[in-house]
Amino acid sequence: MSFRLTAAPIDPSVQMEALRDVRTGACVTFEGRVRDQNGGRAVRALEYEAYGPLAESEGDRILAEALGRFQVTQAVCAHRTGSLALGDIAVWVAVTAGHRAAAFDACRFIIDEVKARVPIWKKEHYSDGSSEWINCATGTAKG
Amino acid sequence: MKTVRVRYFAILREQRGLEEEKVATMASTAAELYEELRILHGFTLSAGRLRVAVNDEFGSWGAAVRDGDALVFLPPVAGG
Repeated sequence: MSFRLTAAPIDPSVQMEALRDVRTGACVTFEGRVRDQNGGRAVRALEYEAYGPLAESEGDRILAEALGRFQVTQAVCAHRTGSLALGDIAVWVAVTAGHRAAAFDACRFIIDEVKARVPIWKKEHYSDGSSEWINCATGTAKG
Repeated sequence: MKTVRVRYFAILREQRGLEEEKVATMASTAAELYEELRILHGFTLSAGRLRVAVNDEFGSWGAAVRDGDALVFLPPVAGG
């Protein structure tokens, strides 16, 4: 079990090596990628900034909660920091379990909780040259 | 008077113009300290939009600020 921040590109094939286990019949993964638009604005690139110590401890807490709530064997998550291009993997979650239902449920739980709780911030850069910290507008909230 | 270390991230880092500073303060709680800094530096986010971390763990706005504490005011998160 580990939640990891990384400034280097996430390579799922490398990450998967640690999850090989003949006792597990199911492996569910989620890949969050950089999308080319948000709220109708054309996105050119983005950057993630994290509060390292608390992001990793809170991420590990979420994985531990998933292991406690669902019948799963392993749960891991990696999240990027730094500058990302369109299509890059921003976050990657993998869960192994004896059976698929628990693996799907746990994977969904982890990505939802990571987005809501882990101190990581996203700045989007738009094709018109402007940029914005997501969810930090003082007028209307964006996400 | 006590001295605390404050680290800034994301929008607060940009609005403050630095990543970290030592702050001498009379504030007795994290809420009072943020209000001091918000007025001083013109932070756009009210405390109600933020969480606070003390010494690398989530803290509470009403907890006493002690000399030597490391505080972080956390803007709304947006991972994933």
